[in-house]
Amino acid sequence: MERLLQLLKENARATSDQLAVMLNTTPEEVEKAIADYEARGVIKGYQALINWEKADENRATALIELKVSPKRDRGFDEIASRIMAFNEVESVSLMSGGFDLAVIVSGKSMQDIAMFVARRLSPLDGVLATATHFFLTRYKDGGVSFVDEETDERRDSWSD
Amino acid sequence: MIEYQKYLNQEVQQVKPSGIRRFFDIASEMDNVISLSIGEPDFSTPYHVRQEGIRTLEKGKTWYSPNRGFMELREEICSWMQRRYGVEYAPKTDVLVTVGGSEALDMCIRSLINPGDEVLIPEPSFVCYVPMTQMAKGVPVVMETKAENQFRLTAEELRSKITPKSKLLILPFPNNPTGAVMRREHLEAIAEVVKEHDLLVLSDEIYGELTYGNERHVCFSSLPGMKERTIVVNGFSKMFAMTGWRLGFAVGPKEIIAPMTKLHQYAIMSAPTTAQYAAVEALRNGDEDIEYMRSQYDMRRRLIVDGLNRLGLTCFEPEGAFYVFPSLKKSGLSSEEFCEKLLYDEHVAVVPGTAFGECGEGFARISYSYSIKHITEALRRIERFMGRL
Ligand SMILES: Cc1ncc(COP(=O)(O)O)c(C=O)c1O
Repeated sequence: MERLLQLLKENARATSDQLAVMLNTTPEEVEKAIADYEARGVIKGYQALINWEKADENRATALIELKVSPKRDRGFDEIASRIMAFNEVESVSLMSGGFDLAVIVSGKSMQDIAMFVARRLSPLDGVLATATHFFLTRYKDGGVSFVDEETDERRDSWSD
Repeated sequence: MIEYQKYLNQEVQQVKPSGIRRFFDIASEMDNVISLSIGEPDFSTPYHVRQEGIRTLEKGKTWYSPNRGFMELREEICSWMQRRYGVEYAPKTDVLVTVGGSEALDMCIRSLINPGDEVLIPEPSFVCYVPMTQMAKGVPVVMETKAENQFRLTAEELRSKITPKSKLLILPFPNNPTGAVMRREHLEAIAEVVKEHDLLVLSDEIYGELTYGNERHVCFSSLPGMKERTIVVNGFSKMFAMTGWRLGFAVGPKEIIAPMTKLHQYAIMSAPTTAQYAAVEALRNGDEDIEYMRSQYDMRRRLIVDGLNRLGLTCFEPEGAFYVFPSLKKSGLSSEEFCEKLLYDEHVAVVPGTAFGECGEGFARISYSYSIKHITEALRRIERFMGRL
């Protein structure tokens, strides 16, 4: 049912009937599969993909690189779970490469975010260094272009 | 004023202009039109294929290719025909690379048809076969396929149209506009008649890679005894979403490919060079692209067939290409009336079945090479339309 996941990812609002038709199965089967995905934590939620720049809202987002010192037994998990607990934090991931944790934070302004990093993240036990990068323009997110209007440029060859 | 009429070639004057034009003229004047009328993939050409075209342009490889097409491409075409359909062709003599499948069809008909020869053409079908036959001074003999046979050509229908002048059978399957496919057993029945009456076959398999369900497309020349009687036309437009590159090919007996090549050489010189380089990449590394697009079309196909059937616009399950061909009976309107009214009332553009032959009356061609969102919105509008009738 990989295709079900793909369809939901692209259109979470499709009805069970529509999904069933496209996947050549029954709505009951689709609902069962979704319930199972949810129970197993494969599907973690359903969100709208919002272009905040167009919504009338003050909002800033930053990617923060963290260098941390891992704990002996729990590695990075402990510090990660402490960072996750902040409401401002949208995502936390352990990375390979030049730093350890990538944290995406959003707030009302760049100032807010800067304060959050200085007051909340930096002082955490185990945080060695931070680097804050603000998002300036989001060109594409969630697999969808945020800049181009989706237009069909095909012209029927019978027309001029 | 010059009386141009008297200068024009008589055959070209006989050719009927396409009936679809009028609709596009109306549609182009309207706002907020949702079209389900376009007969080409909505996907762009796979990125690695485009990249290969760009790479050769950057290197300045902008010269003519050999008349028949680059040897490298002809080799890839032959190994592809072998790999996908199990038919063997010689790259040197049995392949012609053309400007789309369209050119291959034209060259083939012109190479075979003498004045008065009859060309057997199933309808509804793609619009070019009749005019091409007329331009070659052949006689088009139309065979109607029927909804109750899932728009397949039957051996009986074929037999009933054969005369001593019959020479060439056109086999346009998977079919535009009906979505019909011919399975092995249906093709075998046709092959029987072909042998019996010593016919040649022009098999337009441009949608061969776009079939749905468990059974894969069967190439007509793979049937016993048919390779020597068949010219297979295929191309890159539909399977690799490469319509604008204008590239196709014909494979067949060298005795027929040779005169086609001669015509091609004088009329065309050679197919587009950049497109040929890109096509080599597509054939080598494009199987997954085809599979991806095919599975997307398949989901859309199920969605639209289900949606139309629910509205009483009944369609048999189309198994190939990217079109459905619903019956408009429930609406009580003719094809033209239905399409025109749907366009004016709901701004949805579909093509009347009559554009593909008179026997398309009572049907419309609806393309599903559109996003799921687009199809869903179109279905909503068609539902509203049907509710008001
Ligand atoms: C049945 C059929 N054959 C041939 C063609 C021509 O395709 P091309 O010349 O792009 O290869 C088309 C295009 O719509 C078609 O539908």
